[in-house]
Amino acid sequence: MTENTPENTAPKRGMPLWVQITVWTVLIALLVVVFMGLQRAKEGNVQAGAETGEFDFTMPLFEGYEYEGAQEISLTELRGKIVVLNFWASWCVTCKDEAVELEEAWRLYQPGGEVVFVGVDYVDTEPEARGYLETYDITYPNGPDMATQISQAFRIQGVPETYFLDRNGVVQHVQLGPFRSTEQILNIVDSLLAE
Amino acid sequence: MKKFNILILLVIALSLFSVGTVAAQGGTDEISDDEVNAIASQLFCPVCENTPLDVCETQACKQWRELIRLKLSEGSTEAEIKEYFVANYGARVLSEPPREGFSLLVYFVPPAIILAGLIILFRAFKQWQVDDEDETDASVTEASPISASETGDPKDDYLARFEEELRKRD
Repeated sequence: MTENTPENTAPKRGMPLWVQITVWTVLIALLVVVFMGLQRAKEGNVQAGAETGEFDFTMPLFEGYEYEGAQEISLTELRGKIVVLNFWASWCVTCKDEAVELEEAWRLYQPGGEVVFVGVDYVDTEPEARGYLETYDITYPNGPDMATQISQAFRIQGVPETYFLDRNGVVQHVQLGPFRSTEQILNIVDSLLAE
Repeated sequence: MKKFNILILLVIALSLFSVGTVAAQGGTDEISDDEVNAIASQLFCPVCENTPLDVCETQACKQWRELIRLKLSEGSTEAEIKEYFVANYGARVLSEPPREGFSLLVYFVPPAIILAGLIILFRAFKQWQVDDEDETDASVTEASPISASETGDPKDDYLARFEEELRKRD
């Protein structure tokens, strides 16, 4: 039974409906954006089995480097080949630990033409990057990650990180941190070549 | 005439020295830390998040400060250097996001949320004030002798009639 109390009889003054709808819409949109950001942060780096077709990139190469006569390299161009995508930076101490091993492995596979090594220089300064490439006599195609688009696509968590892509552009192995030896790189690439 | 030629040669030699001095001033050594930091303070280190470039002590940040110094010595303006950093490292290195595209939300959403919060608080305080006044009115009503028919309480009405009957019998 409803009593006829003053609270019940007083006219209720609320926000207009359009204001309520707008406020709720904005709040829900903000929550969705925050949720998506958290989800992305939780996802971590790209894992083995991921298709790279959705985040194709074209990277300009440093002066003195070229791939098949071009001053840039595109991921789609590399379909049909095994790709070793290495993220590095001149300020990264552990990148130096694997620089020699990567170059050694590249020189072994380069004549065959079935494997391509690509160096992606992450948030680096060009003079120091050039110095690094010269110091370690790195000959495989290298270029800067302009506006961090490539590292964002692979959601890298730091450097060095290396992604091994099979002939179809599917990530088959991810190496977080530096390689311990050249053999470690050779074993992974050989297993992909054998597929 | 000979003296005049010697004078010309002397002027040329002196002017060469002055050019040399200007060229030397164009080196990175002549760019002060304050000049570098004035730009670095407007940029963030993309490796260590939320750390301004002018106070960041990582190797990467030291390299970026040196790059600013180099660009300044080459004659680049502040705007050109910031453009270079955005092109190379993305808009997230800017301490103040660009006023365009999706970044515009940064300038509108927080003030809108603060404004909405203030409106809600204002309305809530006002409502509490109205409630307090209602409660005060109710307590005053209880204390004052008003007839049962005024309060609308059936129990009070019964008492009033009972008292009326008693008065009639007297």
